[in-house]
Amino acid sequence: MFWGNRKTLKMNYFPDEVLEHVFDFISSHKDRNSVSLVCKSWYKIERYSRQRVFIGNCYSISPERLIARFPGLKSLTLKGMPHFADFNLVPHDWGGFVYPWIKALAKSRIGLEELRLKRMVVSDESLELLSKSFLNFKSLVLVSCEGFTTDGLAAIAANCRFLRELDLQENEVDDHRGHWLSSFPESCTSLVSLNFACLKGEINLGAIERLVARSPNLKSLRLNRAVPFDTLQKLLMQAPQLVDLGTGNFVHDPSSEAYNKLKSAIQRCKSIRSLSGFLEVAPHCMSAIYPICANLTFLNLSYAPGLHGNDLTKLIQHCRKLQRLWILDCIGDKGLGVVASTCKELQELRVFPSDLIGAGNAAVTEEGLVHISAGCPKLNSLLYFCQQMTNAALITVAKNCPNFIRFRLCILDPQKPDPVTNQALDEGFGAIVQSCKGLKRLSLSGLLTDQVFLYIGMYAEQLEMLSIAFAGDSDKGMLYVLNGCKKLRKLEIRDCPFGNEALLEDVGKYETMRSLWMSSCEVTLGGCKTLAEKMPSLSVEIINEIEQMEFSLDDMQKVEKMYLYRTLVGHRKDAPEFVWIL
Amino acid sequence: MEGSVAYENDLNLEATELRLGLPGTDEREEQTVSNVRNNKRPLQVADEECGANGKSNTQNETAPHAKAQIVGWPPIRSYRKNNFQPKKSECEGPGIYVKVSMDGAAYLRKIDLKVYTGYPELLRALENMFKFTLGEYSDREGYKGSDYAPTYEDKDGDWMLVGDVPWEMFITSCNRLRIMKGSEARGLGCGV
Repeated sequence: MFWGNRKTLKMNYFPDEVLEHVFDFISSHKDRNSVSLVCKSWYKIERYSRQRVFIGNCYSISPERLIARFPGLKSLTLKGMPHFADFNLVPHDWGGFVYPWIKALAKSRIGLEELRLKRMVVSDESLELLSKSFLNFKSLVLVSCEGFTTDGLAAIAANCRFLRELDLQENEVDDHRGHWLSSFPESCTSLVSLNFACLKGEINLGAIERLVARSPNLKSLRLNRAVPFDTLQKLLMQAPQLVDLGTGNFVHDPSSEAYNKLKSAIQRCKSIRSLSGFLEVAPHCMSAIYPICANLTFLNLSYAPGLHGNDLTKLIQHCRKLQRLWILDCIGDKGLGVVASTCKELQELRVFPSDLIGAGNAAVTEEGLVHISAGCPKLNSLLYFCQQMTNAALITVAKNCPNFIRFRLCILDPQKPDPVTNQALDEGFGAIVQSCKGLKRLSLSGLLTDQVFLYIGMYAEQLEMLSIAFAGDSDKGMLYVLNGCKKLRKLEIRDCPFGNEALLEDVGKYETMRSLWMSSCEVTLGGCKTLAEKMPSLSVEIINEIEQMEFSLDDMQKVEKMYLYRTLVGHRKDAPEFVWIL
Repeated sequence: MEGSVAYENDLNLEATELRLGLPGTDEREEQTVSNVRNNKRPLQVADEECGANGKSNTQNETAPHAKAQIVGWPPIRSYRKNNFQPKKSECEGPGIYVKVSMDGAAYLRKIDLKVYTGYPELLRALENMFKFTLGEYSDREGYKGSDYAPTYEDKDGDWMLVGDVPWEMFITSCNRLRIMKGSEARGLGCGV
């Protein structure tokens, strides 16, 4: 980059320290990435001062290059498997191993303090190596990961002397029922956040009581199912400063002494703003938490079995300051009406189905969503599993709530049309994308034709992530999206009639995106090969079902699962047998 | 809560329709909405129930019948699928309502057995409802230490002591409850 005359060189007269100080104020990854592109000296200053790095696809870059570029790295976020792995569409052992990253970081001089992983395979070996390699390690967050046991957690507890955060969210952990909690030494008093709600086994109750008692900075505590009501009460007595609480077993007898003790303990917890758990609960138990409802901003009852609609609404009527609500569809349309009239500050709503095998018995319909949209104008994030949806309702929702950033609708019966008009839901979703100019994430469902994609391509200018299932009529649908959505980063498609023509029309587009997933579509092996040939900067993976080892090399054969992503480091070396990288 | 749902029942879809082209032109043809799309059927697994209907996946089905499972649908995280244990509740079916009588009480009550997770809960609830206390339960001696004993009439018409059989068996075989008092109750405790 050339500067013309001396007058415009003023910025470069600032010493590096000044620029570094200025860059300190720039925290978003996107902005820091932009800063590094301005000129060589800015690139240099930025990379030495960068402490936090986010890598959305662990196969897009190598640990060695990360370490070389950012020697000051303190916090690393890594994501592994593609999103559809959440729904069992990606076989186990596909990849996403964190071990090579930890090994490389351990060998380097990087003083890692924080590691956040999503959808990665984390072995006990990795956790042990992590725990022993970084003196100042403070924070481990694992989301939807697998491959480790409580032995690995014991290593973290035992060796990370300054551990502040151990946050386990929805991981599949092999619980050896060992005393991992007891592995926290007596000298460990630094915990700020401890979340082990996803562990299935028993824990040492004495150990958790002592740990909480010696952790004066503890702000967030989420317990697992094995922690009984009595223990909860004791823990709350030790930690009245809690801001975020996840209960374990919340079954109690309202006339018991334990209940009264808990009520008084909870009343002392004036800082609790976030509440979750209730992994075991019965309706009459919820009155214990009424005293803290008034200040709650986040309430997650989506794992609480056995609460009827009435119980839920009685509770929610106390929660006037709620900003985020995760709930089961037992609440019903009427219950959502109560939410709409009570929770005026609501920004995020997630309604999960209580009938998990998808037999189509969701207890909420478009009515509930319309109530919410009418009562909660600040709504910007939605995940809604429902029985049915109408265009009219979506159009109304779009009018009432133009601020959606995330809009994910799942009608349990795929390809279900508007039940009133029997039409596709194109117009409804079209209204959403047209009205919500800031929409970044969209998931579609119901009966949809190419038309909806035309609307998305035309209006969804900020869209970054799109999930499509059982929709569209032809390649045109996919092309509308690829041509129109300039900011698209992740596109995931299943069971749609999109084929080679759509895939190959603009191969350069995929370099501007993080990844593309297509399964049960019309793309063929030949089409994928062509793409791989034209775009060496992409990794095009064909994921076969393990039974399909006799996969023929016929180019005309339709590909069951294709996952492609841009990468700076070529094809990965750790792919299993059933993954072909073209 | 506001009564009427605030959205247009009168579907003025044309006015809100998103279109390409100049206003006044009508380029859109009638969309024939079809479910048949290049053999992309969502039901990729054999489905007995649908078969009985003669057609699968028609637009006109009204009653949601049990569908076969499509892999990865609905899109719920497998963690949630594996770890959530929905209780039998309003969401999934009617409750098991049984009458409860107590010797000496003026009128009967009714409770939903599905609401409770086990005997301790049920008994505490009964104690609360009728304001009495039960003794300690033991296999051999029944409820010792109080004037009361909870009993139920089973499907055979026999009066049984509450607590002897596994909970699941109890709630499916219980027709009505009776809280016995006095000598009759004490009689039940003496190892019949």
